Amino acid sequence: MSKTILTVDDSASLRQMVRMTLTGAGYGVVEAEDGVDGLAKANARTVDMVVTDLNMPRMNGLGLITELRKLPAYRGVPILFLTTESDAGIKAQAKAAGATGWITKPFQQEQLLTVVRKVLG
Amino acid sequence: MAAPDPVETFRHESQELLEQLEQALLDLEHRQGDMELIDSAFRALHTIKGSGAMFGFDAVAAFTHHVENAFDEVRKGKLVASSELVALALAAKDQLRILLERPAEADAAAQAAILAGFHAIVQGGAAAPANVIAPAADGAAAQGWRISIRLARNAMAMGTNPLLLLDELRALGPARVTALADDVPPLEELDPTDCHIAWQVELGAPCTRAAVEEVFMFVIDEMTLELTPLGAAAPPPEATATAPPPTPAATPTAPTQATKSAPPGDSVRVPAGKLDELMDRVGELVIAQSRLRQVAGASHDVQLRAVAEEIERLSLELRDTTMGIRTVPIGQLFGRFRRLVHDLCRDLGKEVELVMQGEETELDKTVIERLNDPLVHLIRNALDHGLERPEERGEKPRRGRLLLSARHAGAQVRVSIREDGRGLDRARIRARAEERGLVAPEQVLTDQEVFQLIFEPGFSTAATVTNLSGRGVGMDVVKRTIEALRGSIEVSSTPGAGTDVTLCLPLTLAIIDGLLVRVGEGRYVIPLTAVEECVELDADAEAGGARCNFLNLRGSLIPFLRLNEVFGTPRDPEKLKKAVIVSAGDQRVGLVVDQVIGDHQTVIKSLSKLHADVEMFSGATILGDGSVALILDIAPLVAFGQAHEERLMTAA
Repeated sequence: MSKTILTVDDSASLRQMVRMTLTGAGYGVVEAEDGVDGLAKANARTVDMVVTDLNMPRMNGLGLITELRKLPAYRGVPILFLTTESDAGIKAQAKAAGATGWITKPFQQEQLLTVVRKVLG
Repeated sequence: MAAPDPVETFRHESQELLEQLEQALLDLEHRQGDMELIDSAFRALHTIKGSGAMFGFDAVAAFTHHVENAFDEVRKGKLVASSELVALALAAKDQLRILLERPAEADAAAQAAILAGFHAIVQGGAAAPANVIAPAADGAAAQGWRISIRLARNAMAMGTNPLLLLDELRALGPARVTALADDVPPLEELDPTDCHIAWQVELGAPCTRAAVEEVFMFVIDEMTLELTPLGAAAPPPEATATAPPPTPAATPTAPTQATKSAPPGDSVRVPAGKLDELMDRVGELVIAQSRLRQVAGASHDVQLRAVAEEIERLSLELRDTTMGIRTVPIGQLFGRFRRLVHDLCRDLGKEVELVMQGEETELDKTVIERLNDPLVHLIRNALDHGLERPEERGEKPRRGRLLLSARHAGAQVRVSIREDGRGLDRARIRARAEERGLVAPEQVLTDQEVFQLIFEPGFSTAATVTNLSGRGVGMDVVKRTIEALRGSIEVSSTPGAGTDVTLCLPLTLAIIDGLLVRVGEGRYVIPLTAVEECVELDADAEAGGARCNFLNLRGSLIPFLRLNEVFGTPRDPEKLKKAVIVSAGDQRVGLVVDQVIGDHQTVIKSLSKLHADVEMFSGATILGDGSVALILDIAPLVAFGQAHEERLMTAA
């Protein structure tokens, strides 16, 4: 059974790249363009994993992670966040909010898949 | 359909982000310290940097990084968004645009100067380069490791799957895993989502400490991980030392990918003619589809009906999509002028408040693109010639006002540029026109005619020529461009109070919503945008014949035209007539028709050149049954109706 991943990013190009990579590897993908949208989509159907950007309008990634972890259905669901190297310190914040792991931007498609497989199996 | 190219998406996205950045920066000038604006600017920069690096725009990412840093400082309250910083950021934004669109033309010196400016502002702030310390040495490989693992209690709730971690260890080499259940609480205290079990793994493979630690990269900070080398291999020096602080790099291997150097794909720019052609075909399709619907409706063939419905849905969707390709809100265009106005005001030493209205008004994309240059000229003119310097404005507020507005009026879109400056100098225009031989000295001209003279080639009344306008180039080009769009220009001006230049553009969309009416045997389409309402003409008005041509509509008198008289078609014997009230500009007129059939999606077919001077019809359309209906051009009809009325009044 193919697993579904929710990708949350305000950058359309990044979402597109993530979607292409993940669907190419056989995952189902749901897209959302910011935290508010992401939370709504995560509520609409429970996904197997969430990959979210941190810096987004309306609700940022930290907010989204915090909100998701409050939902019983999202206990134990892996949440990855995308970050840049200059965001030192934010990793700790995101982890404290409940993130499972991270991917450092810029990344190649393989790297994304490696991390997704590592966390999602 | 080929998969869209993310690089292409990024290009489009970055355009929008740059516009968002510019808006935020321009607004910041007036609302210094507005966190929302600062956040918006920061986010735009952040995304350009992040996504730019993703898709091989390394120069963009590197350059943006420094600008982003400065805004990060602002965001944290360590820096103030001074006008100096904003000006620098605007310059940086221009450089970014060049880097994104024409990297070959990028000006390294200008970039360096901008970055130096930022550096000077930030000064000792967190402008550390993005380069991270080179990855620490892996350390020598041991024969194998004994690894004891204890994850954080909440690790599983946070999405970590220990089984996957163990699988990863197994992938490194032959492993013997022992679970340590000593810490599992009694059942009544057990929280099933907590992780109570620890593991001991004997990994019989020569791999580095770093390789093992990398398996736990996401959880290493919250767990206990002990590594002891196995076997007789000489213990590497750091094997007994405490683990170095992990600098997790999510890049186990970094294969250089072709995507990195993806060639700059070019967006699909389609000649306007091809879009017109597409719209034409879609229009034909919609017509054919409505005929199909009629045929299918008359038949009892269920399959045929099903197919007809399917085709109807598809063709309507196709039509909407095609229309969607063509129309964009004019706000996109207006947005570009904020910067222009800002820069011009600075150069000209004028103070102007720019107000925009009706940004959501949608216009054909090709029209919008072609409106850019005329509007730039008109705005320059307004700022340069129209508006006075603050000290010259007398009793008016020091700050001038420039209003850019767009609205639908009937089947037209009216885009106007209005300022509250000195107004046009009628006498001077007249003198200049006579000097240039454009008008004879004795010729009598209305204001409108005089004002139109400014659109004549080589016409300029500016006392001093600035580098912006006043060389007489431009206004005639404006007029030509607008006329090429089948539009017209209206100028009104009051001395001392300002000038209003309005561009009236026809809706050149190939499909419009129309009201289908019947007059005698013929059918006609009235553009729905011009229709205000339909009323039944009472017998009195009808009986009044040619002498009574007014309709009393809720207390206001509206002249009406009997279309059968105007078109010279025989009167329909049917007694009850309908009047369709249409408006053009501020004027209204009733059109008396024999029957109102209903609304109708109309595909405009232009009339042949031979019929180009037929004023009352703007085009024709083909109806579902294959017959032709003419499309009424409302503005001339209303003018005709009003004039007709005046003639009757004076004759009476």
